[in-house]
Amino acid sequence: MTAEPVETPTTKTRYDAETLASLTADATQIMARYPDPRSGLLPMLHLVQSVDGYVSRDGILFCAEMLGITAAEVSAVATFYTQYKRRPNGTYTVGVCTNTLCAVMGGDAIFDELSDHLGVGHDETTPDGAITLERVECNAACDYAPVVMVNWEFFDNQTPESATALADKLILGEDVVPTRGAASVCSFKQMSRVLAGFPDGRADEGVGAGAPTLAGLSVARERGWTAPEAPAADAADGATGQTSPPVGTPGSSAERTPTTAPDTSVGKDKKSGEDAK
Amino acid sequence: MTLTPVLTDTWDKDRSWRLATYERAGGYAGLKKALRMEPGEIVQAVKDSGLRGRGGAGFPTGMKWGFLPPPDGGPRYLVVNADESEPGTCKDIPLMLASPQHLIEGVAITSYAIGCDHAFIYVRGEVLHVYRRLLNAVEEAYRAGYLGKNIQGSGFDLDITVHAGAGAYICGEETALLDSLEGLRGQPRLKPPFPAVAGLYARPTVVNNVESIASVPAIVANGADWFASMGTEKSQGHGLFSLSGHVTRPGQYEAPLGITLRELLDLAGGVRAGHELKFWTPGGSSTPIFTADHLDTPLDYESVGAAGSMLGTRALQIFDETVCVVRAVSRWTDFYAHESCGKCTPCREGTYWLKQVLHRIEAGEGADGDLELLLDLCDNILGKAFCALGDGATSPITSSVQLFRDEYQAHIDGHGCPFDPSASALFPYTPKTRTPGALAGAGAGGHR
Repeated sequence: MTAEPVETPTTKTRYDAETLASLTADATQIMARYPDPRSGLLPMLHLVQSVDGYVSRDGILFCAEMLGITAAEVSAVATFYTQYKRRPNGTYTVGVCTNTLCAVMGGDAIFDELSDHLGVGHDETTPDGAITLERVECNAACDYAPVVMVNWEFFDNQTPESATALADKLILGEDVVPTRGAASVCSFKQMSRVLAGFPDGRADEGVGAGAPTLAGLSVARERGWTAPEAPAADAADGATGQTSPPVGTPGSSAERTPTTAPDTSVGKDKKSGEDAK
Repeated sequence: MTLTPVLTDTWDKDRSWRLATYERAGGYAGLKKALRMEPGEIVQAVKDSGLRGRGGAGFPTGMKWGFLPPPDGGPRYLVVNADESEPGTCKDIPLMLASPQHLIEGVAITSYAIGCDHAFIYVRGEVLHVYRRLLNAVEEAYRAGYLGKNIQGSGFDLDITVHAGAGAYICGEETALLDSLEGLRGQPRLKPPFPAVAGLYARPTVVNNVESIASVPAIVANGADWFASMGTEKSQGHGLFSLSGHVTRPGQYEAPLGITLRELLDLAGGVRAGHELKFWTPGGSSTPIFTADHLDTPLDYESVGAAGSMLGTRALQIFDETVCVVRAVSRWTDFYAHESCGKCTPCREGTYWLKQVLHRIEAGEGADGDLELLLDLCDNILGKAFCALGDGATSPITSSVQLFRDEYQAHIDGHGCPFDPSASALFPYTPKTRTPGALAGAGAGGHR
């Protein structure tokens, strides 16, 4: 496996020189984040989507050339993950959670209403290219059900009416504001660039938490409940440092700093860690 | 039992996600103290605290660290599993949105304890703003000297790479996550070897859940005894309990392990007004469902296990009497079929067939013998699949058939679903008649 960028003239991609140079610079930066450049493939596919709006043939070839692997190996990965699109995506992915909890709380009704309203089904894009509608799986916002995601920003506690109004704004090109997220929703391509690990400077926008996130904390504050007091500093030092690992207990030798020759010689004649269990 | 805000304690502060906010609340005291300790002492403190994995399996965290072989001069890795995707689970994502520094400090302490100088946070790709906050938190921590070279003058170096996934539930399985992080399809690996021995790049690796790692700073700062003073004898400490569904005030409730659903519901204003509890999951969709009979079961690993389910991720999804259990389970099964990675036959084929049978029962087209068929399919998956996804797929089915067999039979005998799906929704609507039968709107689920 090699991280060597290929010479531009040998590329099979059809990117123009400027695009290819910029992609190459970004991909090189991605690969440098990892001990093994191959780990950069997922962010590189996000990067490709930030340029092409989907995982294009050229994008696959580009990743393969950068990593010195085959196009088939890249395709195998690209087709495994739902966020990688095989057709040009809309400017906005509108994802309605229809996993059980959101579905029951109204997600099914929201999806049906949106589907009728937009005239497209799951994984289909409106003719104007504005919206790709999707049923999405649980997005870890169950306490805000039913949830709609627009370019993977949270729109909490939705109704069919709020969701269609949201879609209408997107189609008109108006800004929409997530419940918990940036001050406005960026485009699919801009989102993909962030997911490739290139910050857009918007981390400080939006709230830290919505009301459900704070539900328990609010109760605790009202009732004056706190976690147990921490012991005084000296006592805490004593508490954490009080025991040395009991000899012979499971794992006790594994984390011990090697002190004798037998400690460090383990691994010469058997696989490292073979006796750790 | 009272709530015990530890991780949640800073979440209501102005700009709670900023490093300065976290430091004002005492943040990074744990790291400063840890850097004056021997790594082995930290591992021992976490063992003594009784902290168990908060990602679902409940394996003792300190013991997991202790499984690493002795240092051999090569790299060792910490990988944080931030791929929170188990249906119903919604604790790590709000944690990282509100207070990512809790996690970053935990990563720094854990890395120091296990001898790691490059840690990874694998966050699911479907939470854009959380990824922004994590990238920013890491950047802030570098600038403040909590990451990078010679941290706080200790000689300890650490880099953190925050890696976005791309949509695959299976990557929450630790070895699938490692394959994904290596740039491959996220499919689970045969174990052993366990990641402690051959993990990321075949090197010794610790994979821990977000909440587990975020719990470490307070354990180090306040002591193992402080942590163990919360919870039960064998399930120590605090945990995030996530209430969702038909409950008056859904949300995150941080409490000692061992609290009951009755107590939590009391704090959350009870089940939706005018309705009553029908069934619930103690720890996400992969844990066998409970009913009102389990309201007083202490939510700790042992008690929930003894009652026939699993504490899992403490994802308490509450369903009232308007919810059709067949519809709920059928939809979860769609999920498992969609997310099955395809590597092993029992799960790949089994979830596909489970989905077909459940769809036809839900649509009123079930036949006598279908329940036996379902249970037989489950029997051919449970324990025979390559990883826990297959086992998880059977949990809601076998537990719901056991508890609500009559309701399944009513779908078969009555040739349709006796429930009105709109009664479960939070808003009034008229179901669209897209599919034939009484099942309008509900049976179209799944990703085909």
